[in-house]
Amino acid sequence: MVYAAAGLIFVLFAVVLRDDGFVTVSNLLNIGRQAAPIAVMAVGMAFALGAAEIDLSIGSVAALSSLVVADAVGSFGFAAGVAITLAIGVGIGAVNGLIAVKVRIPSFLVTLGTLGIVSGIARNLNNLQSLPIRNAAYLNVFGAGSLGPISSLLIWTVIVGVVGHLVLHHLRWGRHVLAVGADRSAAGALGIKTDRVRITALIASASAASLAGMLLAGRLAIGRHDLGENLLLTVIAAVVIGGTNLFGGRASVAGAIAGSIVMAMLNNGLILMGLRVADQLIARGVIIILAVALSMREHKEA
Amino acid sequence: MNAGATVTALEVEGLCKSFRAVQALDHVDLVLRYGEVTALLGDNGAGKSTLVKCVAGVYAPDAGMMRVDGAETSITTPDAARALGIETVHQTLAVIDTLDVAENLFLNREHTRGGPIGAWLGVLDKKRMRSETEHILERLGIRIPSLRHSMGALSGGQRQAVAIGRATAWGRQIVMLDEPAAALGVEQAARVLDLIRNLRDGGAAVLLITHNMDRVSDVCDRAVVLRQGRKTAEVAVADVTKDDLVAYITGAKTQQVFR
Repeated sequence: MVYAAAGLIFVLFAVVLRDDGFVTVSNLLNIGRQAAPIAVMAVGMAFALGAAEIDLSIGSVAALSSLVVADAVGSFGFAAGVAITLAIGVGIGAVNGLIAVKVRIPSFLVTLGTLGIVSGIARNLNNLQSLPIRNAAYLNVFGAGSLGPISSLLIWTVIVGVVGHLVLHHLRWGRHVLAVGADRSAAGALGIKTDRVRITALIASASAASLAGMLLAGRLAIGRHDLGENLLLTVIAAVVIGGTNLFGGRASVAGAIAGSIVMAMLNNGLILMGLRVADQLIARGVIIILAVALSMREHKEA
Repeated sequence: MNAGATVTALEVEGLCKSFRAVQALDHVDLVLRYGEVTALLGDNGAGKSTLVKCVAGVYAPDAGMMRVDGAETSITTPDAARALGIETVHQTLAVIDTLDVAENLFLNREHTRGGPIGAWLGVLDKKRMRSETEHILERLGIRIPSLRHSMGALSGGQRQAVAIGRATAWGRQIVMLDEPAAALGVEQAARVLDLIRNLRDGGAAVLLITHNMDRVSDVCDRAVVLRQGRKTAEVAVADVTKDDLVAYITGAKTQQVFR
């Protein structure tokens, strides 16, 4: 269904915007580049939601990661900088998970708290100033570079999508994530270590957000305290449109990526249509509700 | 019913479990023997499910002792219970609706492929699990339209059959079933009872929680009655009437129980 919705929206924009350059190679690549960070976060979020957790901190984790990577790549070089940044994403996810599991606070509230904390840290880190990135290797791998004709952002999306899909469907952990999300006490009664599964699912979402922050930084060649900060709801919409259950037990990585492309097309198409920002917000809201309603109806019947 | 049933599988002695101020189990004793079906009876809140969950490693008892095959043991996790050969079908914790039949049967004991690395990563051997699932269901006489359906799409009887299949498919020796036929129609309930008889005839020790006295007299050899967390009676089913059992359950009649 999400694929039909993506196709429908594409055709709609292609017709309506035939004179405004929607279906041009450069615009489509642009959509792909815009979709990449959303898609990477969406894949991580699909695991969190699949486990019946939610991670509200992903936007702030992406923003902090963009700053950290800008600083760390400048100071310690490409590989160390990327490793440090990813480690911070893993760490924030582990903190989220440990608090949710050990203190028994719903992840919704834990990550609402870390959202604020991480945003604050990002603002303090460089006094609201952006940090330029000059490391050529970094910009090539995480930003404007390409492998042949294919943008490195697209390559990242494909890698994250394929890995996420394999993990969800072909690794024991992926099945356990869905089992815990569908019925935590049943999964526990079968001996699945539900605490560990929930913590690792939140680590997956935070580290994906960290990677997305690095992609945002690479695309703009800067790190900034608010990069990706406002993507949280876009990501949740993309994941749910893609067929992941907001309340756990069912997840789709391919759907999350398709949903991300839908969201990126919407952003792009509504701007090209020349709508004012206010009208863009309204149109986007209506379309999201329709898409989610269709997607959820389909899955109830299945 | 079963003359050769004498070897003790599981012994529980003096088991206690409280939830805050409520004493759910008060020094309860229980013995299960191989080749025998034991009914666990009692009114709602008598402590039946709590007892099963303690033995299954879902709850940690406050006090008491358990022996499996004569060896003293402490069962602290569901994995530990399964490792000792104790399988359980919980009343409400039956199956995961969003996974398919094979995924449910093999949940938390998945076959992996690709050698040590595959095992460490947990790379699922889906083909092997599907084909083994077919064999297991066939052996147990469980008919499922398609193994690729998610459990949520199956009927209550089919779901219960898969849950029981999961508990009984592994040649395990001690099987506890909490109200396995409660939500089932007549024919499906009869199939479940057949499954229980097959298990018993295969030498397993079976514990059956039920409210249905017909099922007790149909398949059970012994009955243990709990009332307000205490064991109030233990009888051979052949020696008593259904009315006697009901009287024990309601407390109208009690039996001296030594412990």
